[in-house]
Amino acid sequence: MSEPEQPSRKPEKIRLADHRTALMKVERRLLLRSSLSLGALSLLAGCDLQDNDKVDRVLWAMSRWNDRVQAVLFRASKLAPTYAASQITDPFPFNAFYDEFNAPDIDGADWRLEVAGLVRDKQPWTLARLRSLPQADQITRHICIEGWSAIGQWSGVPLKTFLQAIGADTSAKYVGFKCADRYYSSLDMPSALHPQTILALDFRKQPLPTSFGFPLKVRVPTKLGFKNPKHVVALYVSNDNPGGYWEDQGYNWFSGI
Amino acid sequence: MPNSAVLHPLAVRIAHWLNAFAIVCMLMSGWAIYNASPIFGFRFPVWATLGGWLGGAIAWHFAAMWLLMANGLFYLLYGVLSGHFRRHFLPLHVRDVLLDAVQALRLRLPHQAGSYNAVQKFLYCGVIALGVLVVLSGLSLWKPVQLEFLSNLFGGFDFARKVHFAAMAGIATFVVVHLLLVALVPKTLLPMITGLGRKSKSVT
Repeated sequence: MSEPEQPSRKPEKIRLADHRTALMKVERRLLLRSSLSLGALSLLAGCDLQDNDKVDRVLWAMSRWNDRVQAVLFRASKLAPTYAASQITDPFPFNAFYDEFNAPDIDGADWRLEVAGLVRDKQPWTLARLRSLPQADQITRHICIEGWSAIGQWSGVPLKTFLQAIGADTSAKYVGFKCADRYYSSLDMPSALHPQTILALDFRKQPLPTSFGFPLKVRVPTKLGFKNPKHVVALYVSNDNPGGYWEDQGYNWFSGI
Repeated sequence: MPNSAVLHPLAVRIAHWLNAFAIVCMLMSGWAIYNASPIFGFRFPVWATLGGWLGGAIAWHFAAMWLLMANGLFYLLYGVLSGHFRRHFLPLHVRDVLLDAVQALRLRLPHQAGSYNAVQKFLYCGVIALGVLVVLSGLSLWKPVQLEFLSNLFGGFDFARKVHFAAMAGIATFVVVHLLLVALVPKTLLPMITGLGRKSKSVT
């Protein structure tokens, strides 16, 4: 069925010549528009958080906004899924900002964990003393920011237990970590106090191998892999965000999962 | 202009162009993230990626996702509440889609400004569904612990990456077809900017 139409007079013939200028204008406008948007995109493609231009500042601001949203989404009682021993990824992948043979060789007997910042007891910790604290075990999924994931087993001292042992001010905002390989990272206090956040000493029930962070790695199954620093030599509690090796280059700081 | 009418309401035009920008950002930054650890045997060419390095790509992805989600929600709410979806996308019958698809493949399906044929209805509904899928699977990858139920719904973290990829591939295919059709029928472009166009006389 056709819709009722006005009885039509014969329509005027449309002659191209009458409309050429208008058409050219439209064409020019469209060309301008598309070249503008292409140009804009190629400009944007250079924005990578490394130079402090306007777009980069917007991206950094959005990343800080994402920190806040993720802090709200984080639930202290929500546990990361755990797995059976048969599901452990074997071999477990090595990952760092350097090749595996460059992983620092640390003598466990000489190693100490320095403690600083808003804590009552700043005495350094030996491995033996850390092992005398209550230990926890977990088989959880390590998720890398690159997209791959692997299931591993870590055991060690719950960070909450350790923070209590050193009389840390748990109302402070951050816990920072420094590593023997120049790496550093930090956690928000709620994530630090999460029951599955541990100062891991063992991988698969054996002392951590060099490539997995001997003698101490922070295991946080509620964070992306790069928030799990290895070869930790110092821990400090602070109200100033300590940042991190990757975080300061542009990885999102909170990076909760 | 005789027969001139608003083909695309302002809300739809704004949502369309914001979405176009967000989708381009999400696709290009997503390809850069994929390249960091490919799940299939290929990488996307670097010139097609956004962000320069993984940190930059992720910053883009997690910034543009807010635009994509907010604009998508606005569009869905508008579409449902204003009756836009009901008027333009419904009714949708499999038989009509198949019939029109055959016509389209023979290049015998005329374009009618102001009303959608069954293939168009199917494609627009399909890409909206893919949009929902890509956002939900993306959220499950972003928060596999806090949104564990969502992660489980998509078969766990590793499988959710494939779901996210498949939804992306569907949307990218839609974009290619969509742009090809605009190139074939260029008069459809201006109404998406100005809103105005001539409604085709309906065919008996």
